[in-house]
Amino acid sequence: MPPTASQAAPAVVIDALSKSYGKVRALDGVSLALSPGQFTALLGPNGAGKSTLFQILTGLFVADSGSVQVLGHDLARQPTRALAAMGIVFQQPSLDLDLTVEQNLAYHAGLHGLAGRRARDAIAEALALFGQEGARSQRARTLSGGNRRKIEMARALMTEPAVVLLDEPTQGLDPASRRDIVEHVARLTRERGLCVLWATHIVSEVEGADRVVVLHKGRVLDDGPPADIVARHGGAALEDAFLALTGREPAGRAA
Amino acid sequence: MAPVGTAAHAWTAMRAIAGREVTRFLRQTGRLISAVVRPTLWLVVFSAGFQNVLGVSITPPYENYVTYDVYMAPGLIGMVLLFQGMQSSLALVFDREVGALRLLLTAPLPRWYVLLCKLVAGALLGVAQAYAFLLVAFLFGVDLPPWGALTVLPALALGAFTLAAVGLLLSVYVRRLENFAGTMNFVIFPAFFFSTALYPLWKVRESGSDWIALAARLNPFTHVVETIRFALYGQVQPLSAAVTLLVGAAAFALAVQGYDPQRGVLGRKPRDDG
Repeated sequence: MPPTASQAAPAVVIDALSKSYGKVRALDGVSLALSPGQFTALLGPNGAGKSTLFQILTGLFVADSGSVQVLGHDLARQPTRALAAMGIVFQQPSLDLDLTVEQNLAYHAGLHGLAGRRARDAIAEALALFGQEGARSQRARTLSGGNRRKIEMARALMTEPAVVLLDEPTQGLDPASRRDIVEHVARLTRERGLCVLWATHIVSEVEGADRVVVLHKGRVLDDGPPADIVARHGGAALEDAFLALTGREPAGRAA
Repeated sequence: MAPVGTAAHAWTAMRAIAGREVTRFLRQTGRLISAVVRPTLWLVVFSAGFQNVLGVSITPPYENYVTYDVYMAPGLIGMVLLFQGMQSSLALVFDREVGALRLLLTAPLPRWYVLLCKLVAGALLGVAQAYAFLLVAFLFGVDLPPWGALTVLPALALGAFTLAAVGLLLSVYVRRLENFAGTMNFVIFPAFFFSTALYPLWKVRESGSDWIALAARLNPFTHVVETIRFALYGQVQPLSAAVTLLVGAAAFALAVQGYDPQRGVLGRKPRDDG
C-alpha cells in the first residue's frame, strides 16, 4: 500500500458520524482522527456503538450523516480505494472452515488482486508473521479458536494495509492467547507504522494502547493516552476510570 | 457503476470467487450426485409412465413426432439450472451466516462486480451440471441431435445466468438458512410445474386450464426451457431468449440494488452481517 501517507497526516478521519436504528441512536456525532503508528483502542461496553462504527468504517453500512476518509479517500465516494487500504478482522469469525488455511488466504489475496508469485509470497509472509507456517495446509475447521484468530489477522495484514481495524478480535479466547495477540499487534503497529483501531470491552486488554477512546451510547466520552484518562477520572487503574465514565449517565440523555 | 480497478485485479478476483465456489462444490459430492440423479429419476420414471399417455404433436422446433422423453429433456435441463440457481443463492445465505459475505463485501471491488463474480460462478456450475445430465440423457438413449450438445451451450449459459440472478435476488430477502426451505417450495415447484417443462402449452389449453396456460406463458422459467429446447435443434426462439435475458438482467440489477448499503434493504437493518 502507498507508503506516501505522511507520518503527520492522520490515516483515518472520522467526521461527525451519526447512525440511528429507528429511535435508537447507535452513533451520535462521533469524530476521530487516527494516526499511523498508533494503536488506538476503542473501549466501550456492549451496545456502545462499536460494531456500528466498524460496520460503517468497512462500508457495510452507510451512516445517516458524517463522513469517513481513509488515506484521503472518501469512503462513500471511493469505497474501493478506501477498502484497499484497510485490513479488517471482524468480530464474527469469517474463515471458510471447509477450506485449508492456504486456500482461505489465497482467496483473500485474489479478492485484493494478488495472484501467482505475489500471492504466494504474501501468504508465506503473513503466516510467518503469526507463527502459523505449520497450519498452511490444514483445514481451518481443525484449528483452535486462538489459531483461527491468528489466521484471520494474518489475512488482514497480508495485503499490507496502512489501516487495520479489529472488532473485538479476542472474543472467545483464553487470557493467554488474548495477551499474546494484543502484544503481537502492538509490536506490528510500531514496526510497520500501522494505524490500528482495536475495539473491545475488556479494559485489561488495552492498558498498553497508545490511545484509548471511550465510547458509550454512541458518543465519545473521553479520548487520550490511558494514563491521562486515569488521571482525569480518578481511580487506581483504567478499569476504574472506565467504570466511572460509563457507569454515570450523562445528564439529560435518553438511551 | 463504479469501475473495477484494473483488468488484472478483476480477473484475479473472478478466479478467486469462482474458484472458491467450485472447490466447495467439488467437496460436496452429494450435490453433484443429486444434481444428476434428480432429473434422471424424472426422465426414467415419468417418461416411462407417460410415454404412451402423452402424444406430443409436431410443433417447432420438432420436425417429427417426438417421444415424451425427448420432449421432457429440455425441461429437465432447465430443472438442473433452476436447482443450481437456488443453490447459489443458498450459498450466499450460508456465506452470510458464517461471515464470509462480510469478507466479500469489504473487498476493494465494486459491489456489482463482486455479485457478478458470484453469478458467473453459479452459472458455470449450472452449465457443468446440465452437461452432466445431458450425457446421462444420451446414455439413456434419449433421441436428441448429437450436435445439439454444442448448439445448446449459449442457451445453457443464458438460462444458468438468469436463474442464478433470480437466486441472487432471492438471497437479498431470504436472510436465514431456516427460511430457505420455504422459499425453495414457493419458487422451485411453481416455477417448474407452471411451465412448459412437462407439457406443451397446447396440451394444457386443450385440457381447459386456461389460467395454468397463462401462468406458464408468463413464467420466466418457461422461456428458459423453450430457449434450451430450440437451441438443442440449433434454433433460436427470439421471444423466449429475449425474455430470459431481460429477466436475468432485471434480477441482477435489483440484486445489486438490494446489496447496496445506501439504497438496499441490507444497509437499513441493524446488527446484521450483510
